[in-house]
Amino acid sequence: MKPARLSPGDVLRVGAAGLRSRPARVILSALGIAIGIATMIAVIGISSSSREQLLRQLDRLGTNLLTVAPGQTVFGEQAKLPETALAMVGRIDQVQTAAATGVVDTSVRRTNHISEAVTGGITVQAASTELLTTLEGEVVTGAWLNDATGRQPAVVLGAEAAKRLGVTRTGVRVWIGNRWFTVLGVLGPMPLAPEIERSALVGFPAAEKYLGFDGHPTTVYERSADEAVEQVRTLLPRTVNPQAPEEVQVSRPSDALAAKAAAAGAFTSLLLGLGAVALLVGGVGVANTMVISVLERRREIGLRRSLGATRGQVRTQFLAESLLLSALGGAVGAVLGTAATMGYAVWRDWPPVVPPWAILGAVGATLVIGTIAGIYPAMRAARLSPTVALTTT
Amino acid sequence: MIIELKAVTKVYGGNVQALRGVDLQVEQGELLAIVGPSGSGKSTMLHMIGTLDRPTSGTVRIAGHDVATLNDRRLSALRARHLGFVFQHFHLSPGVPAVDNVADGLLYSGVPIRERRERAAAALRRVGLGHRLGHRPNQMSGGEQQRVAIARAVVGDPPLLLADEPTGNLDSASGAEVLRLLKELNDAGTTIAIITHDNDIAEWCPRQVRVRDGRLA
Repeated sequence: MKPARLSPGDVLRVGAAGLRSRPARVILSALGIAIGIATMIAVIGISSSSREQLLRQLDRLGTNLLTVAPGQTVFGEQAKLPETALAMVGRIDQVQTAAATGVVDTSVRRTNHISEAVTGGITVQAASTELLTTLEGEVVTGAWLNDATGRQPAVVLGAEAAKRLGVTRTGVRVWIGNRWFTVLGVLGPMPLAPEIERSALVGFPAAEKYLGFDGHPTTVYERSADEAVEQVRTLLPRTVNPQAPEEVQVSRPSDALAAKAAAAGAFTSLLLGLGAVALLVGGVGVANTMVISVLERRREIGLRRSLGATRGQVRTQFLAESLLLSALGGAVGAVLGTAATMGYAVWRDWPPVVPPWAILGAVGATLVIGTIAGIYPAMRAARLSPTVALTTT
Repeated sequence: MIIELKAVTKVYGGNVQALRGVDLQVEQGELLAIVGPSGSGKSTMLHMIGTLDRPTSGTVRIAGHDVATLNDRRLSALRARHLGFVFQHFHLSPGVPAVDNVADGLLYSGVPIRERRERAAAALRRVGLGHRLGHRPNQMSGGEQQRVAIARAVVGDPPLLLADEPTGNLDSASGAEVLRLLKELNDAGTTIAIITHDNDIAEWCPRQVRVRDGRLA
């Protein structure tokens, strides 16, 4: 005589019946798992969204911008780029556009009544007229420097510089060096050249004429075709300074963004650990609920044994109940975690991303927890003598 | 021979002798009372006959199967197919409709859910509760609840029905109704053993087995 097998549907039905009779307890113990899963999914989701945002920004900005800056001489002094640097870079075949800036040793102030020492962190720079197109920047208000205005005491402010000076419109005057310059325009954000955001830009001729600028550029920006970037990179030092190519530093601003994206993708292990602890506590809660449930349902277990349930079927029933309980928590947690990711991403204006492997991992984690939490209570239930239905009142 | 006990003893915890050598033979179709005061060993006899526990020594045969030779799985299958239990406290699942409570009687017999429900409805009609299929235990009187429990015990048509103080929690009118129902089932061919301490119920049965101090009197 062999016992009949329970169909999967019956196993689910029996497991769910145990949960349905104690809804409040089920909700509370599933909540622990839900919080753990929600934390982990939100941590993974938010860092993935942040990374996606940076990658998209990188895509938009391009990786074909290189900057040339002076390094150090062999004696450890600050080197200078030759005055001809920009013209030389422009002669490289693959270079599509190039521009230069040169730091001017002076400060910009709202009026001449403010002490010269108060620079507000704003650098005064001479800028060549191609700078705006090379950096693919935009003018928020007013106009960019051209050949004519570049000779005049006129200044274009970077976004951050304008904010710090409190300049919101063109036509006002600011004090640079020891004379007034008229604000010609204000630039938008420059994610690949944040130093420009903090600069007050005047034309090269104006800088030389009014501010005693020596004409040596401190940065040359250039863009080439994507596939030529590496080639241009090797050509640049010798082209800019044939006498001392080792005094020239070439860098790629987008590398910083790429590194940031990689770092954002490596989510905070601390937060993830926190989620894991919450999950563990949730699992202990489920195990606790199940143990109490077995103690309270001795009569039901005895009854089922008298109806013909084998030890294995009783064990299966309680394992199924534990699995359902944690799966319920996992499902709620996955929804909460995804919602948290969506909400945060929308608030930060990021593309919301919840990687499918995170959801799969969450499902796997809840199944593992449900099994582990259920094994001991299920064994206890299965070990109960069938006579408990008759003896316990 | 549906029940056959030979020199059955049961010792609990090494020194409590609940049964001290019981011999009992019950034919198919009998209606008998196992009667005795509390502590007499009649509950232990119920455990032995119901295959819920194993004897310390002696032989228990139910429907021809020697309990000692069966493992837990086979013993469970024996209970599922050959035995029905009715308890003093009904043991119905609260909040579950009568028809589903009864259908649980077939859960471990490998019957699909649809057929379980159909047969449960038929069993409820058989005990006179055809109008109460969707009622939950808390919406029914004690007598009705015990009839639901009887329906659950007989839904699989077991040849042997064991009733443990089936009227112990009922008023006399409901108790009489339950006994009448058991008689009907017995008339239809089911062997029924009623475990009780009540002499009136014992006298009502065609055969009485009196238990005292772990022995048959």
